[in-house]
Amino acid sequence: MTRLRIPAAVVACAAALAAGACTPAGGATHTATLDQVRARGFLRCGVSTGVAGFSALDGAGVWHGLDVDVCRAIAAAVFGDSAKVRYTPLSAQRRFAALQSGEIDVLSRNTTISFQRDVNLGFEFPAIDWYDGTAFIVPRASGISAPRQLDGKTICFSPGTSTEADVADYFRTNGLRFTPVVIERAEEATAAYYAGRCDAFATDSSALAGVRMHAPHPEEQAVLPQTISKAPLGPAVMSADTRWVEIVRWSVYAMIDAEDLGLSSATIDAALTSKDPAIRRFVGESDDFGPMLGLDHRWAFTIVKQVGNSRESFERNLAPLGVERGMNRLWKDGGIVYVPDIR
Amino acid sequence: MWQLAVIAVVCGAVTAIGAQTAVNLRARGVATGFGYLRRSAGFEIAPGLVPFSSSDSNARALAAGIVNTARLSALGILTAAALGVTIGIARLSSIPTVAMLARAYVDVVRNVPVLLQILCWAAVLQRLPDAGLPWHPAPGVALTNRELSFLWGRVIVSPEFAALFAALSIYTAAFIAENVRGGIAAVPRGQQEAALALGLSRLAALRTVVLPQALPVIMPPTISQFVSVIKNSSLATAIGYFDLMSITNTTINQTGQAVEAMALAALFYLTASLAVAASTRALFGARHGI
Amino acid sequence: MASRASGPGRVAVSLIALAPAAYVGWRVARWALVDAGWGVIADRYRFILFGAYPIAEQWRPAIVCLLFAVPFGLTVARAKWSRGVVAAWIATETTAVLLMHGGFAGLPEVPHDVWGGLPLTLMLSTTSFTLAMPVAIVLAFGRRSPMPAVRALCSAWIELIRGIPLVALLFMASVLVPLCLPDTLVIDKAIRIVLTFAVGVAAYEAEVVGAGIDGVPAAQRDAAAALGLSPIQTAVQIVLPQAIGASMPATINTFMAYFKDTTLVMIVGFFDLLGAAHAAIADGRWAGYGVEVYVFTALIYGVLCHAIARGGARLERGADGVSA
Repeated sequence: MTRLRIPAAVVACAAALAAGACTPAGGATHTATLDQVRARGFLRCGVSTGVAGFSALDGAGVWHGLDVDVCRAIAAAVFGDSAKVRYTPLSAQRRFAALQSGEIDVLSRNTTISFQRDVNLGFEFPAIDWYDGTAFIVPRASGISAPRQLDGKTICFSPGTSTEADVADYFRTNGLRFTPVVIERAEEATAAYYAGRCDAFATDSSALAGVRMHAPHPEEQAVLPQTISKAPLGPAVMSADTRWVEIVRWSVYAMIDAEDLGLSSATIDAALTSKDPAIRRFVGESDDFGPMLGLDHRWAFTIVKQVGNSRESFERNLAPLGVERGMNRLWKDGGIVYVPDIR
Repeated sequence: MWQLAVIAVVCGAVTAIGAQTAVNLRARGVATGFGYLRRSAGFEIAPGLVPFSSSDSNARALAAGIVNTARLSALGILTAAALGVTIGIARLSSIPTVAMLARAYVDVVRNVPVLLQILCWAAVLQRLPDAGLPWHPAPGVALTNRELSFLWGRVIVSPEFAALFAALSIYTAAFIAENVRGGIAAVPRGQQEAALALGLSRLAALRTVVLPQALPVIMPPTISQFVSVIKNSSLATAIGYFDLMSITNTTINQTGQAVEAMALAALFYLTASLAVAASTRALFGARHGI
Repeated sequence: MASRASGPGRVAVSLIALAPAAYVGWRVARWALVDAGWGVIADRYRFILFGAYPIAEQWRPAIVCLLFAVPFGLTVARAKWSRGVVAAWIATETTAVLLMHGGFAGLPEVPHDVWGGLPLTLMLSTTSFTLAMPVAIVLAFGRRSPMPAVRALCSAWIELIRGIPLVALLFMASVLVPLCLPDTLVIDKAIRIVLTFAVGVAAYEAEVVGAGIDGVPAAQRDAAAALGLSPIQTAVQIVLPQAIGASMPATINTFMAYFKDTTLVMIVGFFDLLGAAHAAIADGRWAGYGVEVYVFTALIYGVLCHAIARGGARLERGADGVSA
């Protein structure tokens, strides 16, 4: 029996290996995200742990922000109700794992689109919802007026962000050195900056307005106007489900198209009786664009009615912080936002 | 026969999981293989023993993390051992005050989770003054909330390292103290009395008669405490110290290659644990017959 | 240390030891009574203890916390041991989940992503421990199996899990496990975390139970074989009860260690007691009051761990035949 044991074990193992390799790996049977979301009854949206203007909780426990509005738009398109969203606050370090593991359906968390993220992580970035860049905030008393003067200083930021890579690149390109202080949660990182743990804080320039606003003495803070990188921000989804990618893309485009067509949450009801063919296509009075996506034909109408167009979203969330719309205006208003029509 | 069934089931399960993982990685477009180690890291690490800049490779980042973990663990183990032996002996002191203080230390420290102690130390150190006005509690020592400098600037550590070192040493020392106390208490009292009767001082008796006999009882659980220091050093991720776990995490975020990075990290921790256990056993076991 | 226990020498050493301790004690007391901002506790104690659970329903997690004292008391009172104790644990854990979740008998439903604080710590540690015990027993016997393959597999598994930091295991659960599963099988993150803890505890507890198994005299096994009992019957009816009984104090120690280790879930985004405390000071107003909050949390853990340790000590004393 002993003599037979080892060869028998080897044979058993080989057979099992062969059997295991032939197991139909369940990748073929993949339930569409839209069906999963519909079955669940709400959208799971990954947001930040608190970035003013993009995704932050108010005192009553309600989420507000540009990224939050994107999720509300998707929910409006899928359910006809922009309130059917559950928000999961995620630090920068944890956001990608959450999307990859299926914990969330869409990541709307002021995430910068990059080659590595698009290609290596299995994500798709359906649309850009905000054009931004990395910038710094410093105490006014330091006398620093340009990023070059941060040579040799200590800089705070969150790990796992494009900011981390942008700052590293900038300093290396210009032959400067700095000491990084990385703190995972955004509120702790800014608290450390306010406490003097570091000389400057770096993040997307639009988010710096909120950082300044929450400082104990905002008048003592100065946001440096120079941005050291491009940072196109947008929601992220898993790339395998192309239909879901399209739904997220066109939800974002719908808000921009609405602004282009002059439709807002106030005027959208009147638009139902419009004779303009572009508006009729938008609100679902003609053609079947909604059903082509697997959605209701009033999908875009509901988005604008409940969430508003892209200008309303900006004015609600970022304008109060003093952020300039700048290049985020429509192409015909001097900005670079230019998206395809719904036709 | 049962064995074959068990082997077959395990092999089959492992292969099935491997195949499914490969399918998922391919479907998501995530790269596989260790090529990412050669690519430039793209992130910065706070200055440490290994000079590193963002253009250096991921492999170098990993090395920096390993060195940081090794340094923290080594210092932690040595300090915990020294402190633990002292407190353990103090627990058995015939002077009531000393024994009571030692007991209070052990009872308090052992009952609070180590992560909580780390965060508490970090919070305390955050309250140090700004870089402009360092606090000088002793000559040659300058403490700010950015760096703690000792020996007139010859030894400089970050607040994160200091918090981890303090918490790990103090926490582990409490457990080692109990092991030491238990080991010494296990030595028959007659041995100590005989040594004293022979004219040895208490200290000499402890050193030459009691401790050598206590070691076989003390060492096994203490080895496990040393390994515990290495594993607990991974809690550095909670306060932003660039240890191996922290850098592995950042690398996974940047490259998406979770399987490879995790495997490397697990390999290091296993090797380190085995190495520490084996070397401690060799140092103390051969002489005293463990 | 004095060479002889002389009076003045002893007093001198006492003073030398006491002086720095007294100074530190005085500074701490002064901080606690004068400088510390205890307002943060008054303001945030609900969040620290119960997480984001709706305030109107917080009586439910409060009851859950008190409920766990029952099976713990039963476990510690050796005289009450029987299958009933295991049933008590399972019943308490199930009741806890049901009560926290609600959705029946007029209780509003509260989804598990807002559970937090002390009830989460208690539920996580007890549930994963209950799940781990059977696995630990199987592993312990497996490590001592006459079949070399089984022995090798069990030993390798135990050493592997014990050698990797728990944080790494938790990260693997968050990131790697979804990669290994087919798309149709999605395991909720909370369940993954509970299972990961169970896997970790099982590896440690396997060694503890193993020591208990080794302590059962071989003569018992021989006697059982002579009576015609199969190896499995021997293991389950003769060896196991004695092994568990003998290893119970060490098991309670393992439980206490894991109770403290539940704090690690904070790193993967759960709001256990420590996670809730950590989040409580993220609010801009209380950002600098970390020390006060952590001291408060440390007191809670300290009291609970001390109670668990006392229970274990009581059990140990009872085992020696001395009435506790």
